[in-house]
Amino acid sequence: MSLTRWALKKSPWVYHVALSPCNNCDIEILDLLTPRFDVERFGIKLVGSPRHADALLVSGSVNRHVLPRFIELYKQTAKPCVVFGIGSCALSMTMFRDSYNTVGPLDKVVKEIDPNAIIAYVPGCPPKPEAMILGVVKALQTL
Amino acid sequence: MAVQGILTVIKFVVIAIAILVLGLITSWIDRKVTARIQARVGPPWFQPIADILKLLGKETLVPEGAGRNVFLYAPVIGLAGMALAAALLGNALISPEVGFVGDVVVLVYLLVIPAIALIIGASASGNPMAAVGASREMKLILGYELPYLIVIATVIYKTGFTLKLGDIVETQALDGWNLWSISGVIGFFILLLSAQAKLGLVPFDIPEADQELMGGVITEYSGPPLALIRITKTMLLAVLPLLMVTLLMGGVQFEGLSILWGFLKYLVIVVLIVLIRNTNPRVRIDQALKFFWGPVTALSIIAFILAYWGL
Ligand code: SF4
Repeated sequence: MSLTRWALKKSPWVYHVALSPCNNCDIEILDLLTPRFDVERFGIKLVGSPRHADALLVSGSVNRHVLPRFIELYKQTAKPCVVFGIGSCALSMTMFRDSYNTVGPLDKVVKEIDPNAIIAYVPGCPPKPEAMILGVVKALQTL
Repeated sequence: MAVQGILTVIKFVVIAIAILVLGLITSWIDRKVTARIQARVGPPWFQPIADILKLLGKETLVPEGAGRNVFLYAPVIGLAGMALAAALLGNALISPEVGFVGDVVVLVYLLVIPAIALIIGASASGNPMAAVGASREMKLILGYELPYLIVIATVIYKTGFTLKLGDIVETQALDGWNLWSISGVIGFFILLLSAQAKLGLVPFDIPEADQELMGGVITEYSGPPLALIRITKTMLLAVLPLLMVTLLMGGVQFEGLSILWGFLKYLVIVVLIVLIRNTNPRVRIDQALKFFWGPVTALSIIAFILAYWGL
């Protein structure tokens, strides 16, 4: 395992991408970053610019309106990066699946932009912060 | 002669690396103390190293419409200025006799280079957020540099017009610390506040303002250039407290146990900086400028007058 890979696992900086969620997932993500869960133990830090990010925390079902923004955002992120689908919306679009404006589950969208993308899911509606920590740790172990 | 020159260069590089290591330790202390204040556990000891290594392994993106060369070379120039400043200061501390007259002045100039390099890089990135950040950084430099220089002038005056870092340390070894006087105490607090602004820590993190400017001056940087900026910041975190120890608290001696005493002085300043950072909200840029040009500059002038009266 190379040194930079080790460092990537030890210091994943996350960027929060809200692709038309119902806002509950976002609140749980912000919860995750509060002192109570102390994700800095794992080196996780919220950054303000996708250029600095190693992981994109994506919540919500992707719809036509946000798709071009998301594509641009993904291209702006420095690789290697991991895309996390947070919540059932990103995973399976839940009740929005037959909606006229929904374009598809997150993995399909991301694979269209970049076939080699690393994608991980954290199910739940919304998932608990503990579940998200578990998801991030598990996904990083497979790197 | 040539051998001497090469030895000096090697010595400077070793000192700069030592200061970087000290900075990494300091930045861990900073994050750990912050975590403890917020009742958290905090990051492991290797966190600052992991951050920098990770950034070195990532992709470098240059935004469309950016001035490519200026954008990519600005962090290198910043780091070069910073490393030279660190080597100069470390050298003056380790062997006070070898410095040259006026190295305080050179050091003051070198310490501004990282900020100016950041402004240039941010302006070249073609990002509106970075442009706003750069303009704020510029105003902030204008703000803190004035009282900072007046305090350094006060210290030079108090030590009998010595323009050499080594001599400032030696004068203090004979006559007692510069800190033990009214003007010294005032100067200490002004240097502390300016250090806060120079480091871009919380009450004065206006140019980077994560919440409004998404990183401000560093918005567009990614991968290795961002790592260079982090390294520069880390070294600055070590150099500024060390400079305060040198100017006001008798420097650091490198024989036996007194090195621990020196580290303790350094640690006190670092913890003070961390405490200020954790107990204050961010101010607006106009408030910061008013603060530095109003009360702080007035205080620094008072300190200078007190020093003139021998207080
Ligand atoms: S998964 Fe549930 S909580 Fe999350 S955005 Fe979708 S509907 Fe809201």
